This record gives sequence, structure tokens and C-alpha cells, in this order.
Amino acid sequence: MKRIALIGMPNTGKSTLFNRLTGAHAKVGNWPGITVELLAAKILIGGDMVQVVDLPGIYDLRAHSSDEAVVTAFLAQDAADLAIVVLNASQIERQITLLGQLARPGLRVILVLNMADEAATLGITIDRERLSSDLGVPVCLISAKYGQGVEQLHALITAALRGEKDSAPVLASGERLTEELLDAAIRRSVMVPAHASHALTEKIDRVLLHPWLGLPIFFVLMFLLFQAVFFVGKPIQDAMAWALGALRTAVLDAAFAGLPAAASGLLLDGIYNGLGTVASFVPLIILFFLCMAIVEDTGYLSRAAFLMDALMSKFGLDGRSFVMILMGFGCNVPALMGTRVMRSRGLRLLTMLVIPLSLCSARLQVFLFFIAALFPTSIGPVVLFSLYLFSIAGAMLTSQIFKPRFVNNDPFVLEIPPYRFPTLRQMVLRGWQEVSHFLRRATRFIVAGVVLVWLLTNFPAGTVQGSADTWAGQIGNVLNPVLSPLGIDPKLTIALIFGFVAKEVVIGALAVIYAQEGSALMTTIAGQINWVQAYSFMLFTLIYTPCLSTIATIRAEARSTAFTALAVAWPLALAWVASFVFYQTARLILA
Amino acid sequence: MKTPHSNTLDTLRPGETGTILALHASTELYRRLAALGLRVGKHVRILRRGRFAGPLHIRVGTTDLMLRTSDACCIQVQRSHT
Repeated sequence: MKRIALIGMPNTGKSTLFNRLTGAHAKVGNWPGITVELLAAKILIGGDMVQVVDLPGIYDLRAHSSDEAVVTAFLAQDAADLAIVVLNASQIERQITLLGQLARPGLRVILVLNMADEAATLGITIDRERLSSDLGVPVCLISAKYGQGVEQLHALITAALRGEKDSAPVLASGERLTEELLDAAIRRSVMVPAHASHALTEKIDRVLLHPWLGLPIFFVLMFLLFQAVFFVGKPIQDAMAWALGALRTAVLDAAFAGLPAAASGLLLDGIYNGLGTVASFVPLIILFFLCMAIVEDTGYLSRAAFLMDALMSKFGLDGRSFVMILMGFGCNVPALMGTRVMRSRGLRLLTMLVIPLSLCSARLQVFLFFIAALFPTSIGPVVLFSLYLFSIAGAMLTSQIFKPRFVNNDPFVLEIPPYRFPTLRQMVLRGWQEVSHFLRRATRFIVAGVVLVWLLTNFPAGTVQGSADTWAGQIGNVLNPVLSPLGIDPKLTIALIFGFVAKEVVIGALAVIYAQEGSALMTTIAGQINWVQAYSFMLFTLIYTPCLSTIATIRAEARSTAFTALAVAWPLALAWVASFVFYQTARLILA
Repeated sequence: MKTPHSNTLDTLRPGETGTILALHASTELYRRLAALGLRVGKHVRILRRGRFAGPLHIRVGTTDLMLRTSDACCIQVQRSHT
């Protein structure tokens, strides 16, 4: 099968084009360095199946950062029959160097000038045919976001793969595309107005990057985002929880009545209650991801990096680290992979050490549950926001302590893209992709988790469900001396143990431990612990040991067992100290 | 190397423009800067400076960049008179 590779500098829209060509769902954002793994999809072109590979963005083919090494290794294997070089049409002047570095005998090339709509807005004119004949490669102006020019690209690809004349000529004429040759060609066919600038972006930046207001605006925006998620999502979640509970009492209880008690217990109290409680949070997670996706796609993340860099440098990190922490609010795993754009190993390891402290969506779900159970709705968002602040503070503290061991000498140079607004299609694609990812993880861990919790809380045979005599009760009692100073009771301890596998399991586990779900579970828990204990439990859940997938990713990315051990042990110790200090102080004050 | 009229990029004030004379950087950083458009002979404008000694927000050609002052001091520029 023939193979096509998409090559280009970061943030030129390769992934958007990849999605356009293949209908697949590569993650797209307005941030350099989104694609960190090779994405491949098969499509039908000109009657043949062809594989399309989306390579990570690369600035220079002679560079050595981890993400760039992926591209050079791929090209060194001669693995592609056709290279599609994707450039940002309005930045063609500087990005064309990539074509010169790539061109070599035997490799067919198509030059795609993406974001042609933006270039036109800036008043940039490009003589496509002249450029094509000067460079000796087919040139195509497209807008991958809106779909213009994609059909023409299809035709060019078909022709190039068939090896027809005048399509993707092999650059074997002996003359290399030197920098001078490229510059001259650009001068002949590209006209850039003297003051080409994104007027709207400049206006917005004057406010959002304001010397004094920039940071406060950033925090207010983030706070409003969490408010919105909470106030829009909460009623939906309540409705889901109510519907799932009603389904059980109205239909399932009767339907399973004929089964032996153990079987119906496992199916209803175990799997149904566990999964149902988790499922009721899916709408909230979708909403949260949509909001994060909009923030990311607009290009505001780069501005966040700009605003936070001065502060981050005090902690041995840089603006990029801060953006990774924000991305970790979705899921820690992709954020950890995103650190590949950093070339200094010290900076990369330090960032990887702080990312697991990011309050990810799985933890969000645990907190939403406890906040709903123990705090009045009016202060719910404030409680949640305080946990986000603790998350960031934990990250700062961690890097402050460990920065002498992980020295950062990476230069900090980053593109600030113009503001872009995602299309509805992009948002739907993105929302769906995040949800399917969440559900895949959910089915993998949660079913196994809740079944195991059910077994532990119901056996050995003859014990009262959830009592101290069960296996779970025994484990809880063994750990009780360690966790009771934090206000965490044996039942919550069991949930924490399963949270080590995946934080998504915690609420499911609680549903099984208490043999209740939804609002009934909330009422029971509210009757057994007070808000101080709940907050202490949330603090511990926020900070303690990252989930298994995160640990596996850290191990794979850092290639160091010692570092992985540190990344597991340090948060555990920090969580214990933080919860201990909070719980004991609050008790003293409130006593 | 230094001429009376040359400065490093980090000494320019917001709104000022300079022409790049030289880049005193390691090969790796030199290539990264070049790929981002920072090459000898190009005009750079300072759009703003981050608070608390934060990074510079600059424009070179049609590209906006941020870079730390500690990295900007390796870029030697000729200040343009406006």
C-alpha cells in the first residue's frame, strides 16, 4: 500500500487537513505541538487504498527534540511515497525552508498552502502557478478548516501517486533547492503588504495581554468557565441520576428478582449502580471538554503561556509547562506526552513531575459528587475553584522543591497564533473524541473495578455487606491508623485504593460499598461524614498517587524507573501532609 | 562586533523596531530561531513586554512570537529611527 506523509511546521493545520482527508478524528488545537504521536488512517484515492500519516510538527529537519526525532526517523526509513508539505500560507516566507530540507531524489512532494482564507484577509497574494513552476512541485492553496481547495488537492494526490507527468516531479534534476533559490521564488510569486496584521487579534490582545489586567482576566475567565460547567451541567447530571434510579426501581429490580441473591446483587448493586453513577457524570465531562476545546482552539493557551511565563520561571518551569498543566485538567496522559516539545531533559522531567497534580476530569467527577452531597449549591463552584487553586499550588510547590535537581536550560521561544474560532464541526468532532476516550477508559477500568469492589465488600460469605468483617472492611481497618488522622473513614479508604487504578472508579466503588446510587448515595454519605472530612478526602484524592495510565505514561516517556518511583511516592506523601494539615487545623478552628 | 548603533533585542522598548544584525546562539537554537523567522536582515517589532520581567511579544514578518529576555539578548539588532 502506498503511503502519504503530512509534514509541516507546528500549528499549520496538518491535523485539520488530516481529518479533512480521512474523516478521522485527530486532535486539533491552536497550539504548537498537539500531534505527539504518529496518526495514520487509510483512505480510498483514485481507486486505491492509501495510508495517510500525520507527522508531528517540525521546525527544522536537522533538529533533535523528541517530537522532531519522530519525523526524522520516519523520513530516514524512506517510508513515504509522497510527502505533502503543509505550510501556513501567510507565513510561507519563513516556512518554505522546510521544503528545501526535505526535497531529495526519489521523494515526490506536493506543496500545500493552508489557511489560504487567513492569507487573503491579510491581503497576501500568491501566484500559485508561477510558484509551482519555479519550485518544480505542484502547489495547492486550501483552507482545511472550511474545506476549500481540498478537492483540487485530491486530484493532485491521485495524479502524483499514479506517477503521471508534470505531477509531483521528482526533484532529481541535480539542482538543490537552496535557501537563496527558495527566497527568490517566494519574492517572485508572493506579495505581502507592508503592514499585514490581524487587526482583530491585535485588538483582543490589547485587552487580554494588558500589562495589569491580563492575569486577572485570565483567572476570571477560568473561574467563569468552571461556573458555567457547573451551573449548566448540574441539572443535566441530576436528571440522568434520577432517570437511572427510576429505571432500576421500575424495571430492573423486578426483572432480576428471579435470580439468586448473589447474582442480582453483583449485577444491580455492583455493575449497574457503579456504572450508572459514573455514567450520570458524562454530560458534565462533555461540557467541560467542550469549554476546554474552545479555549485551546482559539489560541488563548499561547496567551496563557505568555502571561504565566514570568511566574513559572521562578519555579524552574516555563510558560509551556503551565499550558501542559492546563491541558492536564482534561487528562494527564496527553499532557505528559505534550512535554516532548521540550528539549531540556531537566525541564521536561520537572514538568512531568507536576502534571499529575492537575485536576483531571476523572477527579473532577469525584469532586462534583462530594460537593453536591455536602455543600450548598451556592458555594459549590467556589469549593471546586479552590480545588483547582490547590492543584496549581501543589504543582508550584513540587517544582519549587525539585527544581535544583532538574535544571532547565531550554530557550523559550514560542509562536503566538492569531485568534481563531473553531467551527461547529470541529467542536462536535472534538467533543465526540474526548467522550469516546473517556468511555473507553471507563469500560476498561470501571467494570473490573466495581466487580472487584463488590466482591471485596460482600465476601467472605456470610458477612454483612460492607461491614468490618468483609475483606474490604479488613483492608480498611489495617489502613485506618494511617488515614483516620485525615478524617478518612475505612469505607472511603477502600474507594481510594481503587482510585489508584483509575480515579473514574472512585464514585463507582462508593456506590458499590454503600449499595446505593445517585442521590440516595449522596444522602447516606452526607449523614456519615461532615464537610471538613469531605474536603480532606477531596484534597487527598486530588494529590495522591496518579492513576495507572498516568504512571505507565510517565514510565514510557521518562524511561527511568527511579523517576517513576519518585512520581508515585512524592504525591502520596504530599497528599497525606496536605490533608493532615487541613483536617487537623480545620478541626481546631471549628472545635 | 558591537557598533555604536547596535543593541540587543531585549533593550528595545514596546513599539520600537530593529533590524537583525546577528544571532549569537548555539546551532540548535539558531536553527529554531531561523525557522520562526528570526534571520539576519529581518525587521523585528516589539509589541509588548510581559509583566515582572516576563517574555517579549514580538512580530517578525507575519509571525508573532514570544521569547524570554534571556534568549532575546543573543539577538543583535540595529534600532530603526522612526
